[in-house]
Amino acid sequence: MSTGTLLRDGPDLTGPKLESALNFTWSRPRGLIGWLSSVDHKEIGARYIVTALIFLALAGAMALHMRLQLMLPGNRVMSAELYNTSFTMHGTTMMFLFAVPVMQGVQIYLTPLMVGTRNMAFPRLTAFSYYVYLGGGLFLWTCHFLGFGPDDGWFNYVPLSGPQYGIGKHSDVWAQTVTFTEVAALAVAVALTTTVLKQRAPGMTLARMPLFVWATLVTSLMVIFSMPAVELDSMLLLSDRLVGTQFFNPAEHGDPLLWQHLFWFFGHPEVYIIFLPATGFISEIVTTFSRRSMFAYPIVVLALVATGILAFGLWVHHMFATGLPRVGYSFYTAASIAVSIPTGLQIFCWIATIWQGRPRFEVPFLYIIAFLFTFVIGGLSGVIIAAVPLDLQLHDTYFIVAHFHYVLIGGAVFPLLGAITYWYPKLTGRMMSPVLGKISFWMIFLGFQLAFFPMHISGILGMPRRVYTYPAGMGLELPNMLSTIGAFAVGMAVLLFVLNLIISFGGEEAGDNPWDAASLEWATSSPPPGYNFAHVPAVESRTPLWDNRDHLPVVYGLKVEERELLLTTLVSAASETREPSATPSIWPFISALALGVVFVCSVFSPWAILFGVVPLAIALIAWFWPKKPEPSEEAVIA
Amino acid sequence: MSFSGFQTMLGGDALESSNFLTLFTVFMVVCTVMYLLVVGALLIGLWRSRSDREPLTVESGRHHETAPAFRTALIGWTALTFIGLTALTIASFFTDRSNASVAENPRLTLKITGKQWWWDVEYTTQDASRTIRTANEIHLPVGVPVEVSLQASDVIHSLWIPNLAGKQDLIPGRVTDIQLLPRKIGTYRGQCAEFCGIQHTHMALDVTVESKADFEKWVAAQQRVAFAPTTPLQLAGYRYFTTRECSACHNVTGTPASGTVGPDLTHFASRRSIGAGTLPMNTGNLYGWVADPQSQKPGNHMPTIGLEPNDLHAVVAYLETLK
Amino acid sequence: MSSLFPNKLAGIALVALLSGCHRDQQQPRGQPLGETVPEAANPDTIFPGGAPQPPLDPRAAHYERNAYAIAQGQQLFTWMNCVGCHSHGGGGMGPALMDGKWRYGGRIDQIAASIAQGRPNGMPAWRGKLTSQQIWQLAAYVRSLSGQVRKDAVGARADTMSNTPPQTETIRKPVQPADSAQ
Repeated sequence: MSTGTLLRDGPDLTGPKLESALNFTWSRPRGLIGWLSSVDHKEIGARYIVTALIFLALAGAMALHMRLQLMLPGNRVMSAELYNTSFTMHGTTMMFLFAVPVMQGVQIYLTPLMVGTRNMAFPRLTAFSYYVYLGGGLFLWTCHFLGFGPDDGWFNYVPLSGPQYGIGKHSDVWAQTVTFTEVAALAVAVALTTTVLKQRAPGMTLARMPLFVWATLVTSLMVIFSMPAVELDSMLLLSDRLVGTQFFNPAEHGDPLLWQHLFWFFGHPEVYIIFLPATGFISEIVTTFSRRSMFAYPIVVLALVATGILAFGLWVHHMFATGLPRVGYSFYTAASIAVSIPTGLQIFCWIATIWQGRPRFEVPFLYIIAFLFTFVIGGLSGVIIAAVPLDLQLHDTYFIVAHFHYVLIGGAVFPLLGAITYWYPKLTGRMMSPVLGKISFWMIFLGFQLAFFPMHISGILGMPRRVYTYPAGMGLELPNMLSTIGAFAVGMAVLLFVLNLIISFGGEEAGDNPWDAASLEWATSSPPPGYNFAHVPAVESRTPLWDNRDHLPVVYGLKVEERELLLTTLVSAASETREPSATPSIWPFISALALGVVFVCSVFSPWAILFGVVPLAIALIAWFWPKKPEPSEEAVIA
Repeated sequence: MSFSGFQTMLGGDALESSNFLTLFTVFMVVCTVMYLLVVGALLIGLWRSRSDREPLTVESGRHHETAPAFRTALIGWTALTFIGLTALTIASFFTDRSNASVAENPRLTLKITGKQWWWDVEYTTQDASRTIRTANEIHLPVGVPVEVSLQASDVIHSLWIPNLAGKQDLIPGRVTDIQLLPRKIGTYRGQCAEFCGIQHTHMALDVTVESKADFEKWVAAQQRVAFAPTTPLQLAGYRYFTTRECSACHNVTGTPASGTVGPDLTHFASRRSIGAGTLPMNTGNLYGWVADPQSQKPGNHMPTIGLEPNDLHAVVAYLETLK
Repeated sequence: MSSLFPNKLAGIALVALLSGCHRDQQQPRGQPLGETVPEAANPDTIFPGGAPQPPLDPRAAHYERNAYAIAQGQQLFTWMNCVGCHSHGGGGMGPALMDGKWRYGGRIDQIAASIAQGRPNGMPAWRGKLTSQQIWQLAAYVRSLSGQVRKDAVGARADTMSNTPPQTETIRKPVQPADSAQ
């Protein structure tokens, strides 16, 4: 055993003694301050997930309200104003406050566990991002309840949202909500990318990474490249609205289409930022429940990467009706159709894995089957609307509403519900009730089809999007009535799912690895301790827990009395160096608060930016205040 | 459910929409085949692997093994999707060319300006005195290629007449255009397809495709100035209209009313609807609209004047003469 | 944290947030909030010689606090061709509206009365051509041209040629009778 401050884990220091020492090192202060200071990726990830689910519930309730209005032609449940605000809030909340954050929350929770490290890279930045995200959500919904929530659609096109026609503060609120959430998403993406690239367990080469981790890497890089576009967009808009710049004013050589290009340059990759993590869930769940490793792993990885790259070349297919040159359209048609090839490959690989395996029909696996049945419809309707002559008709109709709900609910929410059921025992140590799980599964699956399939028909019959009512006698009554019934079935099923989440806290004990899965997150206890792994595991294959069933090899030598991580090389994941990991701190919270004040006040006055950076700078200085040099530095682990 | 309405994409009532119908059918067939392939493979896979014939499990340590047949199948699947999608892309490209061919020799041009929340329509000719101005309706002669030039005066709108053609956005600061070649006589409904503010819902357009003779008749009628009032009640309405709030915004050719803010009402009573498709044209709706447009189409730019009953009767009586 | 933050800004943000309801309320029906513009016969709308001003009807003041009213007024200003004489507030054939000088009073009810009744030397009477609500909206917009209304209720610019500074940056001019300024 070592002496003094150089206590390290090793064959001599193991078992309960090591665990209690690590527990002390990786714990945080108690109380509210301690709670706000937490830098534990598991706590932050869980907060992200819970918060995002609350926003899902709010936006979902809004959707049901809108379905009630559309149930009958000429209905008067909602006024035009309320309807416009509602669909804007629904879209904005679902995209910016639910879909991206919930995926990132799961990634924050799982990635360090899956790559076998003790915490995220930049854990304080991750904590900071959560408070910024929460601030954005609270800001949006507070403004909505005060009567000036955004009402120009989640895409917020100028000039409708510009200084002349976007009357009041509605679209400033939208712009700053986007700023909040994108800052948060960028911060998370940076931390996740670094975690994946530098903190993998020794031996976990790029070719042995779990597919979910691959999806995380690709998604995070996409976030880094796409989100600045919409950040820029919302800043230009805010500056047009606040100080009268002319970026979007056609009379002064600005251009309303600039908004659309920047928005969709972000907006299309956004869809894949939501969808790719879901493909990661699917790969993990399919592997576990088929009891075999993924078929054609390199193909799946290449498909992920190809999707991530192609996603940046399609944005114009949201703008086919704007009158850009026709030759350009043909290129974007081809690119949009091409992106279905890598997705088709992934689907083939999942089916091949199932085919060769021995599936167990547990609830998570059922969601994957539902995904395949549903998402493929959405993907194929995506091929249909990639063709210019077809899109010009189908664009901005309920056919599109059907399409993207098939893609986003079928393609991302179904796998997410499966993933929640799958990893619930990891988070809580308890199993979710399979009976309630199956009931809510069937209600969601069938209710979803009832709600969204008829929208294809109402779109073809000429029902445009974003209308608060429609005339009778155009054949729109029946599809809308069916959609409303289906929507309420889905609503009830989601309630049942949430009920299951809550009552399962007292459910059956899960044990460490209830599904007998193969990846590293199941190599520690459920729920995992603050330090994740007593010894950093070493990896020799893609399915470590299946190939080393009795004894997982580990590496020794990380400090016990200080927070320390093992860094490995980028490609081959050879041990490289030790790196101290940040301790709990209240300053990320305070910095987020100061940043939030800047964002909120800048809706009302440009001076907010000048005055607001002072407290922000103070908070950041406190956050990054240099610490005393480490007492002793040792070189790379042998 | 019938697809033969006055607002459906599957009407095939013009060149572009019949092209749509053909291409949509091709895509639907290919996509349905693809879907059945995927779902079929999934179902067979699920059914097959429920039996105990395959001992490929983790416990036997053979979970990494793969039958070579699957690699062949993967290559086959990739080739199949690639060929299928390429064919669809090519079909899409040639349909697009065919749609563009209408533009070559238009024989009628009109200009539509999108405004919150109505359509300002102008039939332009060489002879400026024969230019027609109307609102929220267009008439088209069957079989004649039409060039529609599109502008927006406030925010982005999108012209969409599902039975005839796809959408084209109207963007402030730009002039866009769309070509139509209607092939069937009929009445259709168009609608703004880009969210444009509080009353985006009620921004419809009545489209009448008629024989060339009927079209000429309509043009001749539109080129006339408004009828003069005949009864005392109509005369009272005429006086109110031309001297009070109405004329600040509306034009009626042949009278002092020459506002340019709202729709031209010279031949208002000959149209099918009131308030850009908000209400069907009839006396009852006309009363409702004139008395309180804000309850029929909340938030639109026509204010509720609060007419006295006498004035209301008179104004409605006058408006009904504007055939 | 809050002690570090300039109190004024925090105050502005708080008030602005809480008064959002007022500012962003839309009133399509135009139901009566200071509905009727003062009658032509009412001489009290001009206060010559520094006579004490009667208090402003709060319903009239609502218009200049309301973003929709100001925006509607802005559109009416263009539609009714106010630009023709007053330009975009800079004045031309008619007096400038961007300075603080008011021949016929600079309160919103006084401006509304001027619009409704017309004034000598060319300003037409709009009563009967515009509804009372529209006249109030116009008056609210006219007030905004010289910076008299709250900055969070105006749009910075219109989608037109830009020949005036942004409205959000307009400095509030003290209201004074035109003759005393000479």
